[in-house]
Amino acid sequence: MIRRALGAVVPVGAALVAFLFGAIMIVALGANPIDGLVAMLDGAFGTRERLATTAVRATPLLLVGVGICVAFRAKVINIGGEGQIVIGALASTAVALAVPGTPKVLLLPMVIVAGMVGGGFWGAIPGALKAYASVNEILSTIMLNLVAVQVMNYLLRGPMIDPLEVEGSRIPQTERLTDNAALPTLLSGTRLHLGVVIGITAAVAAYVLLWRTPLGFRLRAVGHNPNAARASGISVERSIVTAMAISGSLSGLAGVVLVFGSESLRMVTDGSAAGFTSAAGFNGIVAALFGALHPLWTIPSAFLFGGLLTGANNLQRVLQIPSPLAVALNGIVVVFVVSSGRVRTWIEQRIRQPVDDRGASAPVAGGGG
Amino acid sequence: MLEMRGITKRFPGVVANDDVSFDLRAGEVHTLLGENGAGKSTLMKILFGLYQPDAGEILLQGRPVTITSPTDAIEHRIGMVHQHFMLVPTLTVAENVALGLPSMRRPFTDLDTVSQRMVEISDQYGLTVDPSIEVWKLSVGERQRVEIIKALYREAELLVLDEPTAVLTPQEVDDLFVILRQMTEAGRGLVFISHKLREVLDLSDRITVLRNGVVTGTTVPAEASLERLAEMMVGREVSLAPDKPPVATGRPRLVLEHVTVIGDRDTVAVDGVDLEVRAGEIVGIAGVSGNGQRELAETIAGLRPAEPGSSVQIDRADVTTADAATTRAAGLAYVPEERMKDGAIGEFDVGENLLLVNHRDPSFLRGGLFDFERIRLHCQRLVDAFSVKTPTLQTPTSSLSGGNIQKLILARELDSDPTVLLAAQPTRGVDIGAAEYIHGQLIERRSEGVAVLLISEDLDEILALADRIAVMYEGRIVQLVDRADATREGLGLAMAGAADRSPG
Repeated sequence: MIRRALGAVVPVGAALVAFLFGAIMIVALGANPIDGLVAMLDGAFGTRERLATTAVRATPLLLVGVGICVAFRAKVINIGGEGQIVIGALASTAVALAVPGTPKVLLLPMVIVAGMVGGGFWGAIPGALKAYASVNEILSTIMLNLVAVQVMNYLLRGPMIDPLEVEGSRIPQTERLTDNAALPTLLSGTRLHLGVVIGITAAVAAYVLLWRTPLGFRLRAVGHNPNAARASGISVERSIVTAMAISGSLSGLAGVVLVFGSESLRMVTDGSAAGFTSAAGFNGIVAALFGALHPLWTIPSAFLFGGLLTGANNLQRVLQIPSPLAVALNGIVVVFVVSSGRVRTWIEQRIRQPVDDRGASAPVAGGGG
Repeated sequence: MLEMRGITKRFPGVVANDDVSFDLRAGEVHTLLGENGAGKSTLMKILFGLYQPDAGEILLQGRPVTITSPTDAIEHRIGMVHQHFMLVPTLTVAENVALGLPSMRRPFTDLDTVSQRMVEISDQYGLTVDPSIEVWKLSVGERQRVEIIKALYREAELLVLDEPTAVLTPQEVDDLFVILRQMTEAGRGLVFISHKLREVLDLSDRITVLRNGVVTGTTVPAEASLERLAEMMVGREVSLAPDKPPVATGRPRLVLEHVTVIGDRDTVAVDGVDLEVRAGEIVGIAGVSGNGQRELAETIAGLRPAEPGSSVQIDRADVTTADAATTRAAGLAYVPEERMKDGAIGEFDVGENLLLVNHRDPSFLRGGLFDFERIRLHCQRLVDAFSVKTPTLQTPTSSLSGGNIQKLILARELDSDPTVLLAAQPTRGVDIGAAEYIHGQLIERRSEGVAVLLISEDLDEILALADRIAVMYEGRIVQLVDRADATREGLGLAMAGAADRSPG
């Protein structure tokens, strides 16, 4: 009971502390923090349009975050969301460019598959390196982010460049895709599109995969105790590669949503990964952490962080406070959520008398020493 | 010299010590006997200042004392030899002994004086260890001597020995007992913690038995017997020697030919082992752990590669290079040595652990998803059949007792109807009741024609169960005898490497 309650209270507490820091920063920037909070909430959730925008901005975070959850259950830490988004987007865009005339009902499944295969492949590489060559996946995924950016820059400046840009300003972008490639809008007058449904479906599917299927069972077994999993006949290596491939394919799907749900309906960058992804590959990690690395909890968590992003834009408009404040708040939330694990263990230890060897501590609970 | 009166220690949900009284006279060995979780360690941790009692008092030489830390305990001349040695392997023996003591020549060390005094102590008790050698080069028995020297160097008058014989060969145990007797003759008092009844009867002057945190009695060896002590520990009659009906052995089901395995330290861990286990027999592999048993077991189970030239066959199928899934498909069931490392997943609940091996079974699926109702019925049947004591199937496995986790693993492994059962240390750290049950299961499977390979450090277990006994020493089988021809002494000598070894 206590454990459960702590599980909910501590992350919320961490978020509150983070927002307290945000308030201090707003004061430091010379504005009233109450006005700031109102502006953010209004910007994120104030109107139907804004709610829709928040949901749209939350979707890539949700997809990446769900991928993080899947990898984490197999004890693999996927920091390669950025690269997997980029490769997924490139693969799906290439398909859409190759077959421009295909009807929407055929084209959308095709680009979704292409994006997932691309991202999944980009995730499977560090997975295989970890499984078969003991290469640390944190390092390899970060490295592959850099590689993906170079692949993107090469393709968007060369083979996939918008023909209009060849003679023009050479902006690294593809030509505008035909309208039948756009993700259908769900609510007219807003930006709410099919991507949001795809994101929530993916989260539910990941939950079902992890806790209702033999494959998910194996991933979790490997994550908890690879020795026991191996001894009972589970291939640890294959499970790690699979977990990373699934994780990467979900990020790849985020790349699809970013291109085919965009207003410009093309893939465009400024030469950096974030120029295309808006750092969804990293913010998705934050969303997953805040969602306790559970795919279903990642849904509200991603929505919250989507709201932070849209709210910060409004903050800039209303109070002239630079929107990168949202980035700083993101960072603070990470610090507090990650360290809240420590806080939680500490509280738990205070509550119950230790039964282990560290027993030389305070005699009675609540002794507050 | 020591009196502990009415010691009570509560942890949430359990009373680890309930009004326990225990005393020790100078010059005697007083044994604390009890199963895991009976409260022996708690009582000794209280004495050593690691826990504070909720009630009761401790008297030393008739004066009440409060011991709040191990430093306090050492000042009161209480020494403790832990079951898991507290030594720094990369330091020399003298450095380990000096560790934590003030040097007489600060800020420099005084290792030469330490070595000198150490040698004096060693000579007095026959504890021969070279002070200048690094600890990692020592055998387990020698390391234990270093621990004892450490306590004596700190002038301990009262020494607690926590399961000191668990890691020793029978000969090393004899040597240890000689040393311990010399120490009592010199007027020291020893508290001996053990669950090996034979040794307890051998060494003790008095025996106090604990069960569920309560003293069930204090006795002397002359008035006790193995059966009586076991009964006091468990609270009911137990059969120490299980009934073993004669079974006609069939064809060989597990065949090892020249199995050679490289261990974790890149040395030869298993060196050309040849062994056959036939249907309907239990072959016991005796030996002090660390002589290649673990590596051999892992190789048979498909978890560790064998060197070229080796051959492992299960029911005529060659599984030398097979992985764990293939070996299991060939008919192997495997109860690994370390149940929480290789046998079960602590974070998984009881049901999930029962499903670990056969979670792919299509009968547990409906439309590709787990059919939880079916799974629940299956797991409940196993839990009932193997009397695994668990509140629910959703209980985290790590919260079960060692004996119940072991029964859970056995239930899962035997459910696959194996033809070969490989059981490594199946009753280590398991309560007597569970051990009795596990032994019964091994014998029952033997009667059903399963080939059982039992690896155990516990010679009593091997002698009680095995039809043939192989002794492993330094990676080789140095002796292979029928149970009828085996003697405790002969096996003990072979375990220490004294058996004749044919060249090659």
